Amino acid sequence: MTNAEPGAALIRVVLPYHLRNLAGVGAEVSLEVAAPATVRRVLDALEARYPMLRGTIREYETGQRRAFLRFFACEEDLSHEPMDAELPVAVASGKEPLLIIGAIAGG
Amino acid sequence: MSSVRVLVGTKKGAFILTSDGKRKQWQVSGPHFGGWEIYHMKGSPVNPDRLYASQTSGWFGQIMQRSDDGGKTWYQPGLKPGEPEMPAFPATAPNRFLYDQSKETGKPLTTHQWYDGTQHPWEFKRVWHIEPSLTEANTVYAGVEDAALFRSADGGESWHELSGLRGHGSGPHWQPGAGGMCLHTIILDPKDPDRIYIAISAAGAFRTDDGGKTWKPINKGLVSTQSPNPTAEVGHCVHHVAMHPSRPGVLFMQKHWDIMRSDNAGDQWREVSGNLPTDFGFVIDVHAHEPETLYVVPITSDSLHYPPEGKLRVYRSRTGGTEWEALGNGLPDRDCYVNVLRDAMAVDRMDDCGVYFGTTGGQVYASADSGDNWAPIAEHLPAVLSVEVQTLQ
Repeated sequence: MTNAEPGAALIRVVLPYHLRNLAGVGAEVSLEVAAPATVRRVLDALEARYPMLRGTIREYETGQRRAFLRFFACEEDLSHEPMDAELPVAVASGKEPLLIIGAIAGG
Repeated sequence: MSSVRVLVGTKKGAFILTSDGKRKQWQVSGPHFGGWEIYHMKGSPVNPDRLYASQTSGWFGQIMQRSDDGGKTWYQPGLKPGEPEMPAFPATAPNRFLYDQSKETGKPLTTHQWYDGTQHPWEFKRVWHIEPSLTEANTVYAGVEDAALFRSADGGESWHELSGLRGHGSGPHWQPGAGGMCLHTIILDPKDPDRIYIAISAAGAFRTDDGGKTWKPINKGLVSTQSPNPTAEVGHCVHHVAMHPSRPGVLFMQKHWDIMRSDNAGDQWREVSGNLPTDFGFVIDVHAHEPETLYVVPITSDSLHYPPEGKLRVYRSRTGGTEWEALGNGLPDRDCYVNVLRDAMAVDRMDDCGVYFGTTGGQVYASADSGDNWAPIAEHLPAVLSVEVQTLQ
């Protein structure tokens, strides 16, 4: 991990196809997130840099994850972890990305 | 020379069809927002290059899009690409539709009737219909599910509910139709800026005469025989309402069943289904220059959402209803089992009025001669949700 402010980490985030297009970015973005890195802080940083994503990952009013999205990292499903839980060390260190996944739903 | 731009919202993106005034050769651009449901697109009558689009997804929620160049480029209002990165959350929130819960309204309704008869909280799901102001390009209305009316005065950067509608008092009796509890029709009176008509499935039609502060149900004369109280003040499954701009007090309605007409701004309705083969359907529209000429697309029944006998037919009345003629030149004569959804018909304002409609089979049909002859102008799109037309100078 390099180039982050002291006390902050560069977190890698992989977005689903439609959100990449909405934000005009590639598959993966890097975000500077204050330590300790949590899902909430990552999403705050993501939405601050890409405000067009506001409301697409978590509900406007409740801040809760939208029902058909999931958060994965290090082969773990973090979707039901508290938003303020610390992310795995591998994610916080930039070694592994946080994956935001559109659930396979529909038909 | 005039030209025509057709805005088509589909289940998998938006398409823009353009032609010169002859309306013979069409160019198709799109898909815009590929893979997203585009419930509705509509242009500002004040500035035709100002378009608004409702982009939705079960995964990612509601996105409002705006174009200032006739649909070539799009952006979320207030979040124009290339502008400096926001240091914090911007003040604009183009996708935020927050129901008014304030004490100031005096009636912060929180529930409506659910399928099982219990009360259910209002939950925003999507924007069904966009209606730009007739006088201000930056003012635009949005009809949403769960049913409510929102207004933006800043080009879609922020939205505020006209909560007097839900505050009418009948809200707890509104209930969702099969497609959800949507506010799908918004009609602005060109002669009285304080008068607005809206319609909700399955609540009925409402009117405000004071710019949206207070509303009254306008459902007298509607008969919904499937309901416990067929003539109730609210609880009618109105599918669409149309009005000719030269006669704002005359309304035409495609109800779940029945074609209805009102000559007094909705205070009283009467049935004008006449000789239609079936009066179930979704769309209804009025000829651009003949206020007594109407168009509907009869659908077999509420159980069979396709045309009778597999023949796609538009029906036209030149007498304001009751007497109808089938129009089929150029439309499928057999094996056609598509539907035409409530916002998927529109007319242009060319001297010889053009009529357009889209199907759930992905065809967009057009007639350049008031319905006498039809031809497909796009044939293999995703299921069409909405069709709007702009006549450009």
